[in-house]
Amino acid sequence: MILVYILVGIAGGIIGGMGMGGGTLLIPLLTIFCNVEQHIAQSINLIAFVPMSIVAIIIHFKNKLIKGEYFFWTAIPATAVGIVASLLAKSMDGKDLSKYFGLFLIALGIYQLISAIKAVKEAREQNGAIDQEN
Amino acid sequence: MVKLFTMKQWIKKSIMIMGGLGVGFANGFFGGGGGMLCVPLLDKLLKERTKVAHATAMLIILPISIASAITYVANGYFDLKLTLIVGGGVIAGGIVGALLLKKLNSGVVAIIFAVLMIAAGVKLAFF
Repeated sequence: MILVYILVGIAGGIIGGMGMGGGTLLIPLLTIFCNVEQHIAQSINLIAFVPMSIVAIIIHFKNKLIKGEYFFWTAIPATAVGIVASLLAKSMDGKDLSKYFGLFLIALGIYQLISAIKAVKEAREQNGAIDQEN
Repeated sequence: MVKLFTMKQWIKKSIMIMGGLGVGFANGFFGGGGGMLCVPLLDKLLKERTKVAHATAMLIILPISIASAITYVANGYFDLKLTLIVGGGVIAGGIVGALLLKKLNSGVVAIIFAVLMIAAGVKLAFF
């Protein structure tokens, strides 16, 4: 079972490292395949994100990809609401929370699917244009 | 009267604050997924470059995750052994993912991942 946990972590990490939302994969993998309680799965994801993102942020910062101007106006309200939302999640039954999480995943998945298909189409059209030039 | 900000700047700041509230709520309530809302907030609504949006989203999510993680742990939602095992996997996988990003056709991976997300969502919400 420990091996399954490690594999689930690696899968979540790979997707997260590719910048596609590792937590949205890690949490359902933990609840569906490992029978981890919803709140615990969410707590694991929140904690695991911290060291992983600090390393990534340092790299991005060196590559000048981080813009500080968004931090103040976005992160402060976000963090305040995040704490309130965490307390709200605490008061919910794990099974209900899991259902809401499922709906959240469906919405994110549909958005992700549409943008990914658009991106693939655009890339094909660009390649097609290059092929015609050659 | 001295104008502190122009109209355009006020609109931008309002989008940042409103967006931040949404990102913070999702990330605290669901323990993740805030990044998937924060990236489109930065690149679609605030017209930021995709790479900058991805990198900056991580910086914005970090304080939310720290504060939310503390709240979860303080309320007893914590499993040390499981967190260390899974977290170790996440860090190892994170490095692999960052390296793979340059080699794989990430468009196809993104489509597969989106389908998996919808399937997992249907399973959790309806079964």
